[in-house]
Amino acid sequence: MGLLSNKNKEVLLGPLSANNPVVVQMLGICSALAVTSKLEPAIVMGISVTAVVAFANVIISLIRNTIPNRIRIIVQLVVVAALVTIVSEVLKAFAYDVNKQLSVFVGLIITNCILMGRLEAFALGNGPWESFLDGIGNGLGYALILIIVGFFRELLGSGTLLGFQVIPQALYDFGYVNNGLMILPPMALIVIAVIIWVHRARNKELQEN
Amino acid sequence: MAKYKCKVCGYIHEGNKAPDVCPICAAPASDFEEVKEETADGKKKGLDRDSNVYTVVYASVMVVLVAVVLAFTSQSLRTFQQKNEENDKRQQILRSINVNVSANEAEAKYNELIKEAFLVNQNGEKVEGDAFAADVVKAASEHEYPVFVANIDGQKKYIMALHGAGLWGPLWGYISVDSDKNTVYGADFSHQGETPGLGAEIAKPAFSGEFKGKKLFMDGTFKSIAVVKPGKSVAGQDYVDGISGGTITSKGVDAMLFDSLSGYVKFLTSQN
Repeated sequence: MGLLSNKNKEVLLGPLSANNPVVVQMLGICSALAVTSKLEPAIVMGISVTAVVAFANVIISLIRNTIPNRIRIIVQLVVVAALVTIVSEVLKAFAYDVNKQLSVFVGLIITNCILMGRLEAFALGNGPWESFLDGIGNGLGYALILIIVGFFRELLGSGTLLGFQVIPQALYDFGYVNNGLMILPPMALIVIAVIIWVHRARNKELQEN
Repeated sequence: MAKYKCKVCGYIHEGNKAPDVCPICAAPASDFEEVKEETADGKKKGLDRDSNVYTVVYASVMVVLVAVVLAFTSQSLRTFQQKNEENDKRQQILRSINVNVSANEAEAKYNELIKEAFLVNQNGEKVEGDAFAADVVKAASEHEYPVFVANIDGQKKYIMALHGAGLWGPLWGYISVDSDKNTVYGADFSHQGETPGLGAEIAKPAFSGEFKGKKLFMDGTFKSIAVVKPGKSVAGQDYVDGISGGTITSKGVDAMLFDSLSGYVKFLTSQN
């Protein structure tokens, strides 16, 4: 089997759109609401989750034949918790400002349903390389949605992107105002709903009757 | 000798590789998958993976391993983290005297500007202790308050630490006064998790800048500085506009200023 056979490509790219963890499987919505009021924390959160899912998948996949069935959820939790703690410590050491912004949400990666879902559904039954690709794919699928939501919320809510002013002052002089509602959690839910709407409209096979 | 199973009809072929065509249903070789002989494997290792002993030993070994890995990570990154925390604190202190520097320049600038740092008690007397390393909340409960003395263009500025509570979590900050120990020279506020765009705006210079020039004392009595709804005013003390939509955070800042600065009153009224 090649490193990127058709099946592996599907494993890697499927979660980006047709099998997206956020807009199709409806997982990880909570953190998607919480960290997307600005673009930068959304990107960092996406990268952190991708790293954690990928490595947790690989580790679980490597030890999948030794895990006692009765405590497999606990084993998965311990592996994820350890990885999240490491990510949090690394962020504290090398990206202190971003860590301050993400505050509790790094720790809450543990409770992100995407992680447990991928470990249970994929890593327990597949080899390390496929599991790694699956983790990367799902992490990126999650990151993609976070970045789209963060983009619109920061643009419309604060008029900036990554902290840089992008809406020109002239527009404000004409009476344009930032939409403060965009920064609040309810609008994140609405933005995600709009993304789901657009996504389903373009992918007919996802529509339910 | 491995076993291959046809995924279409379930035929099991024994050999070193899958047959080219399934003799039952004529499916191609790609429809065959290798059958892993789990039971034989398990017996070879002599382990029953469902036994209690295996489960308990597995869990213990895993927990110890994870603990070692985490302890190692924590230890090896500790120095970086401490440096970040200290530089962050230095940046906050420097921002309260209107000096904005990046994290890697914070230490040099801090050492250049801050001439003295000490703790005072509620009577305004200096006490033993390291003001920079002191935990503001813990020190305050023992009635000890950190003071940093900065020297800017020959003028002495006194920086005091603040701590309080906002809507979602703790607030803290630093406020500096001129050598008259009354007129505010600058302020800086930080928070743990106030609402972005609303309460979190207290960390922006637009808010902390309002404090410059305000007076802590009116006619010799300590009044603090009130944080009020934009457009409102208070009689008898200086005030600044709060954050629209961040009422509870603004009130938190108001209370924080009064409570934290109360401990400094004797120090601020003393002449030395």
